Amino acid sequence: MSNNGHLSGSFYFNGDIACAEGAISAGCRFFAGYPITPATEIAERMSERLPEIGGVYIQMEDELASMAAILGAAWGGKKSMTSTSGPGFSLMMENLGLGYMTETPCVVVNVQRAGPSTGLPTLVAQADMMQARWGAHGCYSAIALCPSSPQEMYDYTIKAFNLSEKYRVPVLLMADEAVGHMSEKVTITPPEKLKLVTRRKPTVSPDKFNPYQPDADLVPPMANAGEGYGFHVTGLTHDERGYPVMTPQAQEKLVRRLVDKIDKNRDDIIEVEEWDTDDAEVVVVSYGISARIVRYAVELARKEGIKAGMLKLITVWPFAESTIKRLAPRLKSFIVVEINAGQIVLEVERCAAGQTKTVLLPGMGGAVHHPDVILEAIRKAAK
Amino acid sequence: MESQVVLGGFGGQGIILAGFILGQASAIYDHQSATFTQDYGPEARGGACRAQVVISDGTISYPYVQNPTAMAVMSQEAFTKYTPELARVKNPILIIDEDLVKPANYTAKYYKIAATRIAREMGRPNIANIVMLGFLIGVTGVASAESVKQSIRDAVPKGTEELNMRAFEQGYSQGIEAIKAN
Repeated sequence: MSNNGHLSGSFYFNGDIACAEGAISAGCRFFAGYPITPATEIAERMSERLPEIGGVYIQMEDELASMAAILGAAWGGKKSMTSTSGPGFSLMMENLGLGYMTETPCVVVNVQRAGPSTGLPTLVAQADMMQARWGAHGCYSAIALCPSSPQEMYDYTIKAFNLSEKYRVPVLLMADEAVGHMSEKVTITPPEKLKLVTRRKPTVSPDKFNPYQPDADLVPPMANAGEGYGFHVTGLTHDERGYPVMTPQAQEKLVRRLVDKIDKNRDDIIEVEEWDTDDAEVVVVSYGISARIVRYAVELARKEGIKAGMLKLITVWPFAESTIKRLAPRLKSFIVVEINAGQIVLEVERCAAGQTKTVLLPGMGGAVHHPDVILEAIRKAAK
Repeated sequence: MESQVVLGGFGGQGIILAGFILGQASAIYDHQSATFTQDYGPEARGGACRAQVVISDGTISYPYVQNPTAMAVMSQEAFTKYTPELARVKNPILIIDEDLVKPANYTAKYYKIAATRIAREMGRPNIANIVMLGFLIGVTGVASAESVKQSIRDAVPKGTEELNMRAFEQGYSQGIEAIKAN
């Protein structure tokens, strides 16, 4: 182990452990959580690692408290994280909303399993994708990332922290059981090569500080508790000073900004990968573990001479509208592969806006798609 | 070149750990691409479980076993459930724990070792997985013995390394013998 708690070199990690190590590399030093399959290994790893490196791990009484604790830690100046799966994610929604309203940087990991309710604890699904976008009540814009391998669990956990610090927003790492429990080689980024973002601090003196006065990018600088800056944190609609103001005008101003600070920076936030889309007639859209299966199926289709390509959504939220709009006019069809009854397909269909067909390959959970099913759909769509 | 290995048994036998050790040996010490995935139920012990390891000198997009080139089974249930997949492959290698599996109606060639009995005679029944892994490596060579031994040292509880080395050697030497006898 090198300085500051970073490992160095390559390891054979499952996705959950890679996620925990990504958090540590990103500078996370507070974790509060409640164990749940298939996310338990994240909490377990953090419970071993954080005390070694001057961090704090707390096993909370439940997921409501876990979410509340990481918000508090963020206000105390720490980079903080929690991890869970479907049932716990549902419990976190109320305080996640508080995180959006109070613009609190933190990372929430959901290693998705099949639901609803307790469902299939040990088996895969990708059915919380709309919950990630709309699960808390009220208006807001969310950021959600989907890793496809243990290496991406490491890399995108770091990215999740960077986005949360930059935009002062809870960021969701929407993993799935297959990626969380799969082991593969993970290379740790050396500390000197890490590009880390840390929340912007106020530049004005404490008497002139307004905790919700945004800069030009719509993000307000953030003072930590105990640094001499006064602030007020509330879930009520508030003005730049943080004081509750119960008017539609204050609501318009604040909530518009909460939406815009993500949506107007979408080009900076969104990351996708395209393979063979240049000449493609059929593009298969997917994310998380499904993207790996799709990649394999697209390779098989190319071997048959079919002009198939693939779009992998790394940021599922905000949605990559411009990519879909650019591809749609020249395709015979999009195919969307996701382990749910049809969620992200609705976004693809909306952005394709009738310019091409959109075919859904759903899955109710418990297993990834068989590559032959995807290959057959590509063949059919290419005809 | 791609190897697809399945280890099957019931929860508590160390099937998952054996799969992890093989994947780690290939990825970290043999410098191959290697994915390790697992199927298991909510039970802590007793449920059917399976480890899948895909080893390749290229990149692996599909991380699951479709056409198993080698399979080791340590329970009758695993035999019944997983061996039909071997029909998809030319000359697959099947290995059974001969005290735990009766290979009824299996007409192709297979290898057998009394992994659990050997482990018990060594004083620790729970190293049967490592005996089996040693035998698998001896028979198939899907990973180098040195890499697997290093991977075992990394993965097993402190203080049990030497016992596990002996367990591996027991299985490995029997595997080499079985190949010679073939």
